[in-house]
Amino acid sequence: MSKARLFSLLIVSLIMGVIGCTRAPKAKTDVVIWHWMTDRKKAFNELAKKYEDQTGLRVEFKLFAPSDIYSQKVRAATQAGTLPDIFGILGEKRDFAIFIKAGHVLNLKAAMRAKDSQWKNKFFSKALIVNEFKRGNEFDVPSGIYGVPIDVSNIQMLYNKDLFKKAGLDPEKPPQTFEEFLAAAAKLKTAGIQGLVSGWAEVWMIDCLASNFAFNIMGEKKVMNTFRGEVPYTDPDWIRVFSLFKEMADNGVLAGGIISMNNKDAEQNFANQRYAFTFNGSWCVNVYQGMNPNLNYGVMFVPRVSERHPMLIWGGAGSSFMVNANSENKDKAVAFLKWLTDTEQQAYLAQATNNLPANKLSVANISPILSQFAESMENTTHPNIWSAHEKSPVVEAYTVGIQQIILGTRTPEQVAREVQEVKIREMAKD
Amino acid sequence: MKLKSTLENYLFILPAVAIFSIFYIYPFYATFNLGLRSWDGVSAVSQFVGLRNFKEIIFQSRFWWPSIGHAAYITLIALTLQNALALALAMACDRQIKLGNFYRLIFFIPPVLSEVVVGLVWKWIYNGDYGLLNHWLTNLGLAHLARAWLSDPQTALTCVAIIHSWKGFGWGFIILLAGLQTIPRQLYEASRVDGANGWQRFWHVTIPLMIPVFVLVSILTILGSMQAFVLVLTMTGGSPALGTSVPVSRILHSMRGSLRFGYACAQGIIFGLTLVVISVIQIRISKKMKQA
Repeated sequence: MSKARLFSLLIVSLIMGVIGCTRAPKAKTDVVIWHWMTDRKKAFNELAKKYEDQTGLRVEFKLFAPSDIYSQKVRAATQAGTLPDIFGILGEKRDFAIFIKAGHVLNLKAAMRAKDSQWKNKFFSKALIVNEFKRGNEFDVPSGIYGVPIDVSNIQMLYNKDLFKKAGLDPEKPPQTFEEFLAAAAKLKTAGIQGLVSGWAEVWMIDCLASNFAFNIMGEKKVMNTFRGEVPYTDPDWIRVFSLFKEMADNGVLAGGIISMNNKDAEQNFANQRYAFTFNGSWCVNVYQGMNPNLNYGVMFVPRVSERHPMLIWGGAGSSFMVNANSENKDKAVAFLKWLTDTEQQAYLAQATNNLPANKLSVANISPILSQFAESMENTTHPNIWSAHEKSPVVEAYTVGIQQIILGTRTPEQVAREVQEVKIREMAKD
Repeated sequence: MKLKSTLENYLFILPAVAIFSIFYIYPFYATFNLGLRSWDGVSAVSQFVGLRNFKEIIFQSRFWWPSIGHAAYITLIALTLQNALALALAMACDRQIKLGNFYRLIFFIPPVLSEVVVGLVWKWIYNGDYGLLNHWLTNLGLAHLARAWLSDPQTALTCVAIIHSWKGFGWGFIILLAGLQTIPRQLYEASRVDGANGWQRFWHVTIPLMIPVFVLVSILTILGSMQAFVLVLTMTGGSPALGTSVPVSRILHSMRGSLRFGYACAQGIIFGLTLVVISVIQIRISKKMKQA
């Protein structure tokens, strides 16, 4: 055989080989969604199947977990131009604004307001507002609604009713004020029961509880004025906020190692009935159901410190989806999200995943414990709807400062001074 | 003819130069360039801020230098405890002992284990409520020593450093053992004939001939320990109150937690330069020791 023939044969074999190795074409996907919600994987896939049966359109949910890996993937995709049709943005309003200003997120205002705001009116107002940017917002984002909430959540305290009974406390009357809370913790301690467990290695949880107390002690206006730099952190009200953590630590209310515990470990500890109280979000209902279906617990509002201002807890949209503004399938994506947030699908999601639905018409079918969470939705606030936001180095300084107060290595006054120093330095950059 | 030969030579090294440029030179340039900018990681544009990021890290950051200090502490423990253990075990295995190969295998198990798994297992052992360590201490009548090891600022960093040393000593062991085996046996025999005792043989024969190996092991230990991250992440996540945070965790925090990619790149450059300076100092000291 000549060299030329041998060479031709080799080339043909190679081509055949490559063709042979090529994957069989997959069925065309109309809408691709990236999400991070491990607990909802099965339910999402069921809904995608149902949608395909009803409409003939194929939707594919792709899971990337945990959430920090997901966030990195989404950010990388913005640079590579490979964002899917629907995705989520995890982070603060500032992060959300960055995505919008970079042109990655579709404004859904028109779709929401079509047909007398039919779609918009299905949602809890608190759920939608976190995805909304009003005219003249601090981030210079054009006014609009940029995300679709698929559930709502809020973060409260929970208590173990069985441990309450064991300590001689009334399981139907959880503490309402901070003093009552300390007294209940003392009684539990006497009965050999440990107090509060929470994942305070995750500093956002400390930020959350500290801001609850701050709203209650000084009111929303003063908190926002602090963020704007008009009120110093050395103000007595802020020192009072920091002091509350010292009081909890000094009274032995807090779990040993609370500041190096992540929320997953804290959830496990509460589910195993090692602690009487926890501070956690409504998503925990599903988590505890998986960890200990017999856990007998109730929801209690964060104990009031002052009567001067209302106690506001973090809440609003739990998880939201955004439509890729550059997607060729954006109309199909919007249509799917409309369907996903319809009453029937929302009720299914709430039942299958034990999360509060974003659609207010679906609330009738939720479990009693979720209903307790739902009752407090009117008292929620969310960093995404605040008129001012603190810079991350300042937030880090005060959350780490609170950890140091709990450890006993700093006093509330020292932390206040150090946070104010960081604040002044950050303001000087503007 | 000469020109053709020269071109041919350049052609041969072109792939290597291209790979080096794409994967080393360009990323370094891009990192340095980003270090001079303010960028959130998403926007198409970034703002040139000059040396502001570097100035802020060096002169104003509250948590950067403590994190370097924590990494230095882990490194110090590794340089002493880890390498002393590695040398002792390597010397033991260098002799004709029974089951020598078995011990070599056993000592090399920790380095090949996943850092995540090691971190999580030790986190459980150190747990203050249900950890094995406290359980053993209680059984031994030392209950007063029991504590939440990873939550206590007095013990958390040391606990991480010890596990880092345990995890890493196998590498030093293998390199030191290889070094010991290159020392001619005749030198030991000659020194024995001259009346040298065990300590004198170690001090006057082993140590001088092992200096190049010690330099290599020390540099690898410093570079590996200063960049320790996975164990810290899995065991403490940087807590309590950033008491175990290390430079890599701070860089990650700047990128993920604060969306300050330019700042994170500047942190990376400062950290890289710090390691280069430490390595150069160490090489110079070792050269002087060798000459002495």
